[in-house]
Order: sequence, then C-alpha cells, then structure tokens
Amino acid sequence: MIRLAHALILTLAMALPLRAEVEIQEVTSPGGIDAWLVESHEIPMLALEIRFRGGASLDAPGKRGAINLMTGLLEEGAGDMDARAFAAARDGLAADIGFDVGADMLSVSVRALTENRDQVMALLRLALHEPRFDADAIERVRGQVLSIIRSDEKDPDTIAARTFDRLAFGDHPYGSSLNGTPDSVAALTRDDLVEAKARVMARDRLIVSAVGDITAGELGALLDGLFEGLPETGAPMPPQAEFALKGGVTVVPFDTPQAVAVFGHEGLKRDDPDFITAYVLNEVLGAGGFTSRLMTEVREKRGLTYGVYSYIYPMDHAALMLGQVASANDRVAEAIEVIRAEWQKAATEGLTEEELAAVKTYLTGAYPLRFDGNGPIARILTGMQLDGLSPDYVRTRNAMIEAVTLEDIRRVAGELLNPDGLHFVVVGRPAGLESTH
Amino acid sequence: MLRRLGLCLILALAAALPARADEVTSFTLDNGMEVVVIEDHRAPVAVHMVWYRVGAADEPAGHSGIAHFLEHLMFKGTEAFPAGRFSELVEANGGSDNAFTSWDYTAYFQRVAADRLDLMMEMEADRMTGLRLSEEDVSTERGVILEERNQRTENSAGALFGEERRAAQYMNHPYGVPIIGWKHEIELLSRENALGFYRTFYAPNNAILVVAGDVDPDEVRALAEKHYGPIPANPDLAPRARPQEPPQRAERRLAFADPRVAQPYVMRTYLAPERDPGDQREAAALSYLAELLGGEGATSFLGTKLTFESQTALFTSAFYDGLSLDDTTFGLVVAPAEGVSLQQAEDALDAALAEFMAQGVDEELFASLKMQRRAADIYARDNIQGLAQRYGEALAVGMSIEDVQGWPEILQQVTPEDVMAAARRLFDRDRAVTGWLMREAPQEITQ
Repeated sequence: MIRLAHALILTLAMALPLRAEVEIQEVTSPGGIDAWLVESHEIPMLALEIRFRGGASLDAPGKRGAINLMTGLLEEGAGDMDARAFAAARDGLAADIGFDVGADMLSVSVRALTENRDQVMALLRLALHEPRFDADAIERVRGQVLSIIRSDEKDPDTIAARTFDRLAFGDHPYGSSLNGTPDSVAALTRDDLVEAKARVMARDRLIVSAVGDITAGELGALLDGLFEGLPETGAPMPPQAEFALKGGVTVVPFDTPQAVAVFGHEGLKRDDPDFITAYVLNEVLGAGGFTSRLMTEVREKRGLTYGVYSYIYPMDHAALMLGQVASANDRVAEAIEVIRAEWQKAATEGLTEEELAAVKTYLTGAYPLRFDGNGPIARILTGMQLDGLSPDYVRTRNAMIEAVTLEDIRRVAGELLNPDGLHFVVVGRPAGLESTH
Repeated sequence: MLRRLGLCLILALAAALPARADEVTSFTLDNGMEVVVIEDHRAPVAVHMVWYRVGAADEPAGHSGIAHFLEHLMFKGTEAFPAGRFSELVEANGGSDNAFTSWDYTAYFQRVAADRLDLMMEMEADRMTGLRLSEEDVSTERGVILEERNQRTENSAGALFGEERRAAQYMNHPYGVPIIGWKHEIELLSRENALGFYRTFYAPNNAILVVAGDVDPDEVRALAEKHYGPIPANPDLAPRARPQEPPQRAERRLAFADPRVAQPYVMRTYLAPERDPGDQREAAALSYLAELLGGEGATSFLGTKLTFESQTALFTSAFYDGLSLDDTTFGLVVAPAEGVSLQQAEDALDAALAEFMAQGVDEELFASLKMQRRAADIYARDNIQGLAQRYGEALAVGMSIEDVQGWPEILQQVTPEDVMAAARRLFDRDRAVTGWLMREAPQEITQ
C-alpha cells in the first residue's frame, strides 16, 4: 500500500514542470558596464555580487600574498575616512560589504537597504577606487594574515589541501597558498599593495549580478557610479597549470588523533562537453547527501568516518577531481581502501539504471529550490557568468541532465575516474600507510 | 550627518516591520503539538522542521551524547520506511534533509518543493514513534559519532579548550557536558539507552512543527492533523527541570596547552541570564553589551582600545546568546598581538573593561547598533530557513510566538542605562571563568 503510494509520488515528481522562476535581464549601463539583474521588489533590499577574475593568482612574481593583503585592506579606510570611520559609516547604514579573494577571483558581496542604497554605493565606490592603505592599517591586517598563516600550519585539513596543491601544481600560483608565506607577507610594502590592486581590479575582468528591489534603469546608473574610472585592463591571466601528481600516497606526519586525507587526480573543465555527464556521475559517487556511494560504503556500512565526499573541481587554469575523508589514525587505511575500490567500480561499471534515474530526479527537482532568496540568486547568476553560460541556462539545464544516458556515464566514468592515478595526501599518524615515492 | 540620517531611517523601517507578523500563523494540535507556519511565496520551496524539546542537557547522568546519538539513529528506518529510504525519498523529490542537536533541543528538517510537504510530514510523523534499531545499526553508527567527535573536537585544540572551559563554568548544570558527549561515555552508549531516551522524549506534546515557504496555513493544518494528529501524547512527560548552578563564590581559572595551538588567546566567560518568556529586557541589554564591547572590530570598545589605540590585541570579540533554557554565558576574547603575553592581554582586557564601566555607552555607536538590528529583521526575510530556525529554536527553549515577535521591539526600547546596569550585574570576576589557550604549558601556574 505504502510502496504503491510512493511510486505514484515519484512519477508525479518527474512529470511536473520544473520551474526556476527567475527572469534574468541583461543590463548594460550607459557607460558600458554589463550586469545581470533579477528584479524582486517584495523586500526593500538589494543583493549585489561583484567579481574580478584572476583573483590572487595574479600576484606579481615574488609578491605572494599581496592581493590577499590588499583585499583585506579594502575595508580599512578609503577617501577621507580611516578604518574606524569607514566601519562606522557602513554600520550606520546597516549595510554589509564583504571583500574576499580566491585563486580565480576577487569577490565583493553587498547587501543594502533600498532606503539608503545610494549612500552605501557611494561608500563602496570609495573602497573600490580610493582605498587608503594607511600604514597602521597595513600593519594591523598584516598581523592578522600572519596569524592565519601560523594557524594553517597547525590545521590538518589545511595542511592536507596545501600539500596536495603544492605537489600537483608546483610553482604555478595554484601550487601555493594565496596568503603567502611569513617571509613574503613580511616584505610587502604599500607600493606592492597599490600594484596588486591595479593587477586585479580592472574593468576587463569584471562580472556583476544584482537581485532585489531595483529596476534596470536604476541599476545602470548604479553601475556607472561604482565602476567608472577603474582601469580598463589589469595583469594578464596566469598560464594553464600543469598537473604533476602521479598516483600514490604522501603521508605528512602530524600528531593528531584523526587522520585527514585529501585525494584526487586531474578532472575536466567547466566548458568540457562532458561536464554535465561527469557532474551527474559524481553526484552518485560522492557529492553531498547521505546516499552517495562513498557515504554509503565508508560511513553507513562501516562507520569509518563522519563524512566522505568527492568533487568535480574545475578551475580557470586547471581541472581537478578531488575528494576528502577523515578517519582515526588506525582506521584511515581501511577508508582509503574502500574509496579506491569504489573509484575502480565506478570507472569500470559506471552507474546502474536505477541510480541514474534517481539522481536525475534529484538533480532536476533540486535545481529550482536553489533560487530561494535574493542572496542565493545573485550568487547563482555570478557563477553562471563566470562559467560562460547564457541566462537561458536556467531553463535548459534540466533538459541537459535528463539527456544523459547510461552509455554517456560509462564512457565518461572510464575516461575521468582513474583509480591508479588517485593520489592520497594523508595528514596524521596513519597506521599501515607510508609515502610511496 | 550620518546620525540624523539614521534617525529618519529608523522611523521608515519601523513602519515597514509589522507586516511580518501577518505572515506567521500558529496553532496547537489536540495532542499538544505546536505548529508554526511562515509564508514566503517568492519561490516554490518549503522547509519542514520538527523540533523536540529535548537536548543534551536532558540526558541521564553517565550517558552523555545519547541525545545526539539518537539524532543519528533516527535515520536508521521504520517499518514503513526502512533504512536509507527516508533520505532516498527526500532526494528523489529533489530535497535535502538533515538534523541537529543542541543542549536544549533536537531538530530534524527537510527542504523540498512545496508540493512535497505531504510526504515529508508522513515520514517525519512515522519516525516520531516508529523507529526500528538493530544492534548492528547502533554499533556502526557509534563509530560514525566517534569519528564526528574526532573531527570536531579531538582534532582541534580550540574545541578541547572549549570543553574544559564549559566544564569549569557549569559545576552542577549539565551545560558543562559536551553535546556530542565525553568520549569514554560515547563508547558505551547502547541500543537500549537510545530507545529509552526516544520513548521518553519523542512525542507530539514535546514537539514543535515549523513549516516555512510557499505554503498555505490551512493546508498545513490539514496535513498536520492528518499525519501528526493521530499520534498520542505522552502523558508521563515530566517538566524540564535540570540541576541549577549554585552561587559561584570564587573566580575559576584554567590554562590549556596543546602543541597544535597556533594563535593563543584569553577567553573569559561570565554566567549570564538568558531570554525568559515574557521577560527579555535583561537579555536585550546584554546582547547590546556584547556588540558594544566586542562586535565590529573597528568600532567596538575593546577593538578600539586594544587593537587601534594600543597594539595589544590581534583581535577581540564578545559573545552572548540569550536563546537558552537555563543560565547562559557572556564571553570576552582577546588574542594577543605578536610579542604580547597572555597575562598582558588579560590585564589590558581588565583595564579596558574598567574604562568602559567608567565611561558608559557611546551614544553614536548605540544608535548605529539599533539601526542594524532593524535592518537585520528586513534581511532576515530573505532567508526562509533562517526564519524557520528562529521560531523553532525560541519555541524549543520555552519562548512563545509573542516573545519572538516582541523581541525586535524590546531591542529598540533598550536604553544606555539598561546596558550599563546589566553590565554592573554581570562583570564580577568571582562569577567568571578565565581560560588561557596556549602552545606550551606555563612554567608556573599563574595565581
């Protein structure tokens, strides 16, 4: 009885039209700045997401950490306001202005009330154009960055990820921490920060998304007000990163009860025609949720970990297929063995018909649920632009998922998943594991 | 200039706020289950949450971690939905699900397309009384939570320090026991322990249903009556009465050393009153006190004194969470700058606190904080799951809907005098725990 009822529900789920009900407008400002907009006037606020491609990988030679330190200083005083005056002005307007930087982009995330949006944008303009880089602010933020670097050196998760990156990418910016080293950060000067800003914050690498209580006309004026006067071009993008890591194990000895492992090999880029197929495959293999194969085998059946995941990880200048697991020192070897076996199984057999049907229902059903707020929608729009997708993608994406066949999966699994090429970096005192060089 | 602007805005925002209350409907089923419905029709999404008024602080002595262990075991299946079927069905419907445990509550939630609410309720209601556990489920899952403890706590010097600090703060109240449990007690938790806890506490008269999103309150009521309505109340449910703290009469201090510590800091916590039903003024004053002292680094009092005017601290912070069934804590943190000792950092903290008590509240900063609280209520409307969380958590610790909806107004009524009076009642080192997190053990025990 109950079984029957559920079969019916599943059928319905697949038959229903799947709605990602957002109207994306492509806006070009009078001054020529492009942005994507979703108007939503229910709540008197605006979510604005700004990206500068290239991010911390545009650090000049010998200046590792400059773009990160510069990013940290964008909210530490601008125009005629020092750090405290800037913070007081921003908080007095109850606005959120967040700056962050990653390997591929510098991000500015803004949340502003409609009532004082113009004042918030004037403040943001100052931060984008006239950051002060005051000497005392530089020393204060430099101290914070150095503290983060020291903490990272004692954190098993970070040690594992950094070691993997270093072994995989060597001298390419992807091979080192964007925070820099204690020495490189200590040596940075104010001139280096001015130069760092010019390298990354330019109009030729700008991406903007706006969602909320604003019209296209208002957004056009806002964009010109924010960005007019920024340099047209910045530093050239970094070259492709060569992936140098072969299959095997690297143990990083560290005294802690639970070993942390980061593992992976080369993956595929976002613009690869097989990307969607690989994405579907990985959803079953190890992406989020409690029902993935890795989670079922390592956690649910054997209780070896609290969490195990795999990721398709395309970057602008490289592509990875990654995973991670954490397990007590005396159990991590078994966890790794199970993961290798699952990799092997998926590489040779692909997915079952039932798995493919279930994951399609999940992915297509979950997609419209992502669009549940101005903030989330603004971030989705930004991701789409960074990936070079068109606004139409929100309507065509589910059809692409539906079109994936078992044969596609089997072919892509065979090409992508390479059990012998998997390299595990294990931080801890793992029993029964040794580095394989 | 900015201050004047702030005042106009406060008036405009105040006018915009009351609409919110219209979007919230609440009622109680005949079996005592409370229901809250929050409407947001912007996206075809619903969040379905069931909160139980039981958490780690309600555990029997010696069985620490059983509330959290049971939360994990709740995914092991029932007769109607065998192991793994629950999450499978949620995912097959495009949804996601999870659960969490605190000292005061245990909650389960799913995020799904709004038209799948019926199935979510059917499954959640089913496992309120229908859980089936095998010995193997229990032993495997015990391994999982031991690894969870490894990941969250054993692998983190800061988390271990936090356990020591809480244990020192709460001498008698179970808030001194970690939610995940002490490792030696987790290792012994049994199937019978879990089922005993389950039968005692999982009942409709001990639960709150929160449904938020693209839903109609009448439909939610009909579905709730259909699925949760038939479950009988537990007539033996006892009032929640935990052992309370005796008066603290002496300062407590601890120094925790671990070679994995990269950034040492000093943390002091004071036992503090929580938000009480119908009486939230003291808590409102304390939440401003935390912001004034250690909110935004560049404008807060400790940040200004210890990071800007002197370079004593790398960063400072203050925290206070008033949503708690019993007495909570108010905390202060100072991370010393390079070359500054923990003793110097603590001395600077005490000097700054004394100065704050002498000077009183900075009116400009206070006005800015009030403005930010009002804006936070607008921003909160953009996050339906956050709103559901806000109501569920408050009701689970004994607050009423009126308390939740009255909180923004109570925050706006707080005066600088209220804040200083609350500070005078709070800051007594004889009622504090001061802890140092450090890389190497001190040569001699301080004081």
